[in-house]
Amino acid sequence: MSDGITPKTIFDDSPRHDPGGAVKVYFRSIAAIIWKDLSMELRSRELLSAMLVFALLAILIFNFAMELDVKIRSTVTAGVLWSTFAFAGTLGLNRSMAIEKDRGCLDGLLLAPVDRSAIFFGKAVGNLVFMILVEMIVLPVYSVLYNVNLFHWGFLLILFLGSLGYTAVGTLLASMAIHTRTRDVLLPILLFPVVIPVLMAAVKASNGFLQGLAMIEIMPWINILIVYDVIFTALAFVVFDFVVEE
Amino acid sequence: MIEVRHLVKRFGVKTVFKGLDFHVQSGEFVVILGPNGAGKTTFLRILASLSRPTSGEVRIYGYAIPGQTSAIRRRLGVVSHQPLLYDNLSALENLHFYGNMYGVPNLESRVKEVLELVGLYQRRRDLVRTFSRGMQQRLAIGRAVLHDPQVMLFDEPHTGLDQEASLMLDAILREVAARGRTVVMTSHDLTRAAELASRIDVLSKGMIVASVPREDIEPDQLAGFYRQAISETSS
Amino acid sequence: MTSTPRWLRILDYITATIFMAAIGMVFFYAPTEALMGAVQRVFYFHVASGWVGMLGFLAAAVAGVFYLKTERRLWDIIGFSAVEIGIVFVFITIVTGSIWARPVWNTWWTWDPRLTTAAIMELIYVAYIMLRQGIEDPDRRARYGAVYAIVGVASVPLTFLSARLFRTIHPIVVGSDPSSTLGGFDMTPRMLQTFLFSLLTFTFVFADLLWRRVRLGILADKVEQLKMKRME
Repeated sequence: MSDGITPKTIFDDSPRHDPGGAVKVYFRSIAAIIWKDLSMELRSRELLSAMLVFALLAILIFNFAMELDVKIRSTVTAGVLWSTFAFAGTLGLNRSMAIEKDRGCLDGLLLAPVDRSAIFFGKAVGNLVFMILVEMIVLPVYSVLYNVNLFHWGFLLILFLGSLGYTAVGTLLASMAIHTRTRDVLLPILLFPVVIPVLMAAVKASNGFLQGLAMIEIMPWINILIVYDVIFTALAFVVFDFVVEE
Repeated sequence: MIEVRHLVKRFGVKTVFKGLDFHVQSGEFVVILGPNGAGKTTFLRILASLSRPTSGEVRIYGYAIPGQTSAIRRRLGVVSHQPLLYDNLSALENLHFYGNMYGVPNLESRVKEVLELVGLYQRRRDLVRTFSRGMQQRLAIGRAVLHDPQVMLFDEPHTGLDQEASLMLDAILREVAARGRTVVMTSHDLTRAAELASRIDVLSKGMIVASVPREDIEPDQLAGFYRQAISETSS
Repeated sequence: MTSTPRWLRILDYITATIFMAAIGMVFFYAPTEALMGAVQRVFYFHVASGWVGMLGFLAAAVAGVFYLKTERRLWDIIGFSAVEIGIVFVFITIVTGSIWARPVWNTWWTWDPRLTTAAIMELIYVAYIMLRQGIEDPDRRARYGAVYAIVGVASVPLTFLSARLFRTIHPIVVGSDPSSTLGGFDMTPRMLQTFLFSLLTFTFVFADLLWRRVRLGILADKVEQLKMKRME
């Protein structure tokens, strides 16, 4: 092994500057974090399977708790699905931050010469992808079980807008919760009261699409979702530094 | 190279450093000795821009902390207690990931170089969680030198290593020093400090209580010198 | 820091005096409302408490912004003091509201936007306290508190807006048409005077309590420091 250590290979004295500009490095870092989270998850599938099983169980429980017969179903479908996603989502958020915290990898990320917000966006987009993956599996299952077609463009749009706001705030709050004594227990307590506008608007808007309401009745809810997404993504971008630094 | 003037660090009402001064010239190999709780790890975390100073001036390469931390981090390699590696990624993937975070050019060949350097090229496709502690530490060092840093910080790197891994680490440390890189390392291993350092500082109660160049002290006197430096502050 | 500052003492006296005056006005100056009767008198302090609850929230968020900018402990102390006061007053608002709602709406609670928002605000406050309790490092506790206060305050208007898109039965007394909802009423000049005076009084109560609580926080810090010194 010692013969592998030749001076030339440890440090050649040529400069190692980044080839692209700062912007390029920024986006490459975001992409690297997303790629890392996805490839780890594709290998272990711990998180996705946990979220998925949890989501299906939640729907099963709703089924018996509310007797989802045809009449009730049409009005509560969006509520059942969004409650399920909200609860399953916290599993993903907690796990995603725990991976960074438990082995000190967060320090590794913080040592990289990129703006800390790149870490936020990397983690947030990764969380969003997981959430959407789970939703994309739950939706057809629900459609088959209850014989409703959920693949309406409006419904999917709301799914995206809602998940976006949820993961933006969720990623920020999960990175705080992970540093507390109670950890995963705390995340839903921190997250749910501030994410209620997203849940309310998403449920109402999805219901609107499912029941074929006019766009004019759905638009206010979509606006709330968009405003929430913009405000909280911007806010998380600004304050994330204070959350991860010491 | 590294200039710390009147550093104050408080955690709430608890003061860790009250006016610490510390200077390192380019190419020096400084070992910081000190008992547990002296603030060694906190000090390195401040130099690594992971922990913000409450007040005082910290400059590395003329760049200030906080403020120009990105420029500093680009020139800094850190090996901490923990390996800072992802268990569920292979050695290759870990280095690729960090290489992208640092914007390392010619990443493929550099990663290969580093893996050969730390003797893990054969196991490059194995997951880090299957590695022994020594192998993880080696890969951690590979991660730290990936972007060819000018300044390297080691936080008790020998902790938990077996004989072979320790020797390899020493070889790398010597190599780093020979290449004119600046090194700051914390340790409580006096013999290692005597072998590697160009200067030995003693940190106690949040103060540098003693600082001697390596040539000014015989290895067998080091223990006495260390004890004396500690006892002066704790009385 | 040992004795109470003169201005704080003066504030104590003013607050106590106008509080007595406000109680007097609520019971003897304001006329009894024709439809609802005596229970309507709860309205004056109910709205004033809600006002203080929101003030506490706003103060915590503003203090949070200043803390993140300056990292001075004082701003952190102001922040959590404001939250503690807010928690109490939002609770008072909810309780007085229920007392009023029982005879007028014939229910203790409904999911009206204001009630919903008040309840969620209280939950955010509680989450804030739980977050702080879970963190050892005082600097981190202060930073996370500041961040959560800001996030919380940003979400409340949207919560209210969303809840409002559901139909409301809460009387909108100040501002728009009061007759459309059950329990609404037109304020006579005397009622309006009592109402505004209650708002003023509770603003003083808030300022006084906040000052007291901040002083307590600063003293608690000093005690910690002295303990540290003794240990060394």
